[in-house]
Amino acid sequence: MGKVTFIEHDQTEHVAEFKAGSSVMQIAVDSAIPGIDGDCGGECACGTCHVIVTNEWFSKTGTPGNEEEQMLSMTPERASTSRLGCQVVLTDEMDGMTVHLPEFQM
Amino acid sequence: MPTLPRTFDDIQSRLINATSRVVPMQRQIQGLKFLMSAKRKTFGPRRPMPEFVETPIPDVNTLALEDIDVSNPFLYRQGQWRAYFKRLRDEAPVHYQKNSPFGPFWSVTRFEDILFVDKSHDLFSAEPQIILGDPPEGLSVEMFIAMDPPKHDVQRSSVQGVVAPKNLKEMEGLIRSRTGDVLDSLPTDKPFNWVPAVSKELTGRMLATLLDFPYEERHKLVEWSDRMAGAASATGGEFADENAMFDDAADMARSFSRLWRDKEARRAAGEEPGFDLISLLQSNKETKDLINRPMEFIGNLTLLIVGGNDTTRNSMSGGLVAMNEFPREFEKLKAKPELIPNMVSEIIRWQTPLAYMRRIAKQDVELGGQTIKKGDRVVMWYASGNRDERKFDNPDQFIIDRKDARNHMSFGYGVHRCMGNRLAELQLRILWEEILKRFDNIEVVEEPERVQSNFVRGYSRLMVKLTPNS
Repeated sequence: MGKVTFIEHDQTEHVAEFKAGSSVMQIAVDSAIPGIDGDCGGECACGTCHVIVTNEWFSKTGTPGNEEEQMLSMTPERASTSRLGCQVVLTDEMDGMTVHLPEFQM
Repeated sequence: MPTLPRTFDDIQSRLINATSRVVPMQRQIQGLKFLMSAKRKTFGPRRPMPEFVETPIPDVNTLALEDIDVSNPFLYRQGQWRAYFKRLRDEAPVHYQKNSPFGPFWSVTRFEDILFVDKSHDLFSAEPQIILGDPPEGLSVEMFIAMDPPKHDVQRSSVQGVVAPKNLKEMEGLIRSRTGDVLDSLPTDKPFNWVPAVSKELTGRMLATLLDFPYEERHKLVEWSDRMAGAASATGGEFADENAMFDDAADMARSFSRLWRDKEARRAAGEEPGFDLISLLQSNKETKDLINRPMEFIGNLTLLIVGGNDTTRNSMSGGLVAMNEFPREFEKLKAKPELIPNMVSEIIRWQTPLAYMRRIAKQDVELGGQTIKKGDRVVMWYASGNRDERKFDNPDQFIIDRKDARNHMSFGYGVHRCMGNRLAELQLRILWEEILKRFDNIEVVEEPERVQSNFVRGYSRLMVKLTPNS
């Protein structure tokens, strides 16, 4: 078990618990965190689970693949540490991670 | 290898671009009309304009699989589409129809397979068209919905700001007051047709705002869109007069050129640019000279108009049809208005206002045990994927608190995912919030009339009777 903190654009914080192997999108949807839609259900095909990982945690989340890169490039709020939550599979190493939510999902 | 007609279209586009600086755009399009008509007289048409006469569609279970043709533009109107697509999903989920009026094509009908095709833009090209048939010859306009990356990405990013959530926040108040005005003007003592009174009126006003188009001429936007999307050769629609389509395109070119030049002049005089589409195009270095590429200019405006017209309009009508078929859901909604956002997704799933998008295989692809050959047309039937029982429980039921309603595929998936999705959701959410404030019931009093098309799943007539809140 571990925890991820989601910070909304208006700075509201939400904490979600996870078991290793779930995705950031899945735990956000399961915990009803506002601002993560996950319309395609985790297929890297809609861009509605965009999160901005804090710098110190970014390297632990791996690197975006081509498909993810393509979807991220379509959002105007793209940042250098942007990820699609459905493509970040949580490991015990990510316990305590903080991610920010964009103002809008695509 | 480009096909021959495509090459002709390319040459034509280059010619038009080269002459656009000296010849007004509407004159160029009129010129094309005469050129095409001369070409048809000399060489015969590329493919004869199909003419569709409605006849009763047979029960799908009386047909051999190979004879099933889901391109029939009356399938939706006659209520046969559910049975046809269910049989394809169950027995031939990747299905080849070798001689439809639009030529041979593959149908992909299961949710998972559609998602695969939609995501795989490296295997399936959106060029040169996303409708099953061909547009009228000579009117092969260029739009980014029918472009592959990287050209697609550049063009899309230059216009998506107009419907981006940031821009929408500014528009919410305006949309709400207009929706209220329209609903307050409706008769409560007699039945009326909801389609022109509400669905067309609200989408027309929205389009005029997004384009900063002269408000009193907004009906033109709706008429152009209806005729472009309703071309017989393209979607099996009711419009078969090619000359009239050239006249429309010329009329559109004239209106939008004037609007473009007017904005250009105002900006040169120091006026702050607005948040409308043309101002955004003029602010972006990739598109600031778009007016010098007329087929692209017309194409992208057409895309925005068609994209924001038939879709939202028919979801506005479709929601009422759904509520009348499933009256308990309306009771549920009145008891729990907080279900509106989820209900909006469910309306969009249930209605699926655009039935499909088309692709062309860029190489041989194995899918569902079939080999799709390079160059073949592939139709992703969203209307079927949204009713796939492998994905959605009781898919034909309209359930406003359906848990996975947001997973619907009406917006498409991948790089071509609908750019206006948030605007559509906003318009529908506000419409239903304002409806609940005013009406206790909206009863559909006649069987709705559905449009002739294999692409647009819409209503031309929806007679309703309102009961105001007591």
